[in-house]
Amino acid sequence: MAIQVKVLARPVADASYVRAMLSGMALTFKHMMNPHKKTEQYPDVKWALSPRWRGTHRMLTDETGKAKCVACGLCPQICPANCIKLVPGEDEEGNRYPLVYEIDEFRCIFCGYCQEVCPEEAIHVGRHYENSEYSREGFVYDLERLTSQTHPVSELWDPADPKGE
Amino acid sequence: MLQTAGADSVVYKQFYDQLVPVTALPWLIFTIVKMLVVFTVIMVGVAMLTLAERKISAWIQDRIGPNRTGYGGLLQPAADGLKNIMKEETYPDAAYTPLFILAPMLSFIPALITFAVIPFAAPLSTRWGLVEMSVADLPIGFLYILAISSLGVYGIVLAGWSSNNKYSLLGGLRSSAQMVSYEISMGMAAVAVLLLSGNVSLNAIVHQQQAMGWNVFPLLIGFFIFCVAAFAETNRLPFDLPEAESELIAGYHTEYSAMKFSMFFIAEYSNMVTASALMVTLFFGGWDIPGTQWDNLPPWTFLKFALTLGFFFAKLLFFLFLYMWIRWTLPRFRYDQLMSLGWKFMLPLALAYIVITGGAILVLDMLQVPRSVQWFGISPFWAALGVLNVVLAVLVFVILDRGRIISPAYSRLSPIQIARLRAMSAGRSLAASQGD
Repeated sequence: MAIQVKVLARPVADASYVRAMLSGMALTFKHMMNPHKKTEQYPDVKWALSPRWRGTHRMLTDETGKAKCVACGLCPQICPANCIKLVPGEDEEGNRYPLVYEIDEFRCIFCGYCQEVCPEEAIHVGRHYENSEYSREGFVYDLERLTSQTHPVSELWDPADPKGE
Repeated sequence: MLQTAGADSVVYKQFYDQLVPVTALPWLIFTIVKMLVVFTVIMVGVAMLTLAERKISAWIQDRIGPNRTGYGGLLQPAADGLKNIMKEETYPDAAYTPLFILAPMLSFIPALITFAVIPFAAPLSTRWGLVEMSVADLPIGFLYILAISSLGVYGIVLAGWSSNNKYSLLGGLRSSAQMVSYEISMGMAAVAVLLLSGNVSLNAIVHQQQAMGWNVFPLLIGFFIFCVAAFAETNRLPFDLPEAESELIAGYHTEYSAMKFSMFFIAEYSNMVTASALMVTLFFGGWDIPGTQWDNLPPWTFLKFALTLGFFFAKLLFFLFLYMWIRWTLPRFRYDQLMSLGWKFMLPLALAYIVITGGAILVLDMLQVPRSVQWFGISPFWAALGVLNVVLAVLVFVILDRGRIISPAYSRLSPIQIARLRAMSAGRSLAASQGD
């Protein structure tokens, strides 16, 4: 079967350089004069985060300043990225508490399941995103670091509007 | 001094009668001061131009541009300069070191010394005499510019060659071909200006325009050719083939780093300044203030000097802005398009234009059309040439617009070409079927 070369007749308007150039110049000039630049002045002006934003974790504490965590082991169980390390301990009165509680923020995919599954409302994802460290090890947050975070926690759903309407 | 008749030369006469130039020691001191001032202004200007380029590119692309260093990013050039000085100078093993070091200087120096002959303001009366406001008021100003500006290509070619790198070499070769091609059209276009002014001194060209009106109207085509050639000469988009990032990494300065790279950058921008200043001087009346005769005549006060300097700078900045505006609008030409535009279009056009302009000037002089300003502040000579040029410009743009010369790949084919393509495809399918 013969391959036919289809040669289109292009109108001069399509093949013209001068007209294309002039319309291009007009376009760039219009954009240059346009005062509505979309840039956000990031470090000076920060983006308003959604109340459902899932960012850096935070461990809530009770009135005595202890972590609310009872080391039930649900969060490492549910975690799809396997980023939570929990070693449970027990005190003299039989209360369980975490001996080691570490979250690797690098491995975390910020799904928020840990917050959903937590029976004590202890571990939360938070409305915070500016994490930077000089080493990879710095991204493994231990219990002390998790409890000392102060940013607001994420509302995974609005209690007043559970279906998100 | 000028071959103009009778009343036309009144302005020139008044100008030159006043001319008692400074001599001896004051002359030397004034020249040194002018050298230092012009050099400083150009270097600071180049630094500011790099910022302006980034700002304008940002605005065109709906961004904001550098704004962290200093107020509105004004200290960005200082930060860049500091970075370039602190960076490591790399010397490739395979490079030929003496030329590798010499090349940035060779491209840098001609870019700066071209500015020496450009008159940037009205002369200034001092108690030692009249001070011309150009570093060197050469009577052969324009020839000097033609001679010096072609030296800039050595820096680029030698940079490309001495780097011993295929991309650098290709960039250097491209730039030599490009600059040689467009320099011819550039010179030819300027000949029209010389025909009209009857003098190669840039000061005389400015005075001619003051008396008659700016050259951009009576020599519109010449200006168009000169402008396009100036873009090609300074290696700016849409003619930046020597560095063509997408094909040649960075072209001739691929192997350069730190301050040596920066010198190529400074050279590019000072070339832009000089080319803009040339366009202003040759076609936009130099330091002339439009619409008045006040600035053309003595006494040469300081106020007049400052105002004309301001106008010169305003015109210069307009052209520098045009450079940037075009850079951030137009894509790069293909190499064959560049060459065919240069040789098949610009050169014949420039040659024909010399003949037409020369003929028109001859005819108008024979008809004794007055050159000086007559009715409504318009010179009949100027207007007649201008009308001729507008007619020519319409013709030229219609031809250019047909897409034959700088065609994209898909311009309209002739019936013969279509027949040939069809035959090729038929032959290929025949061969393929026989192969089975």
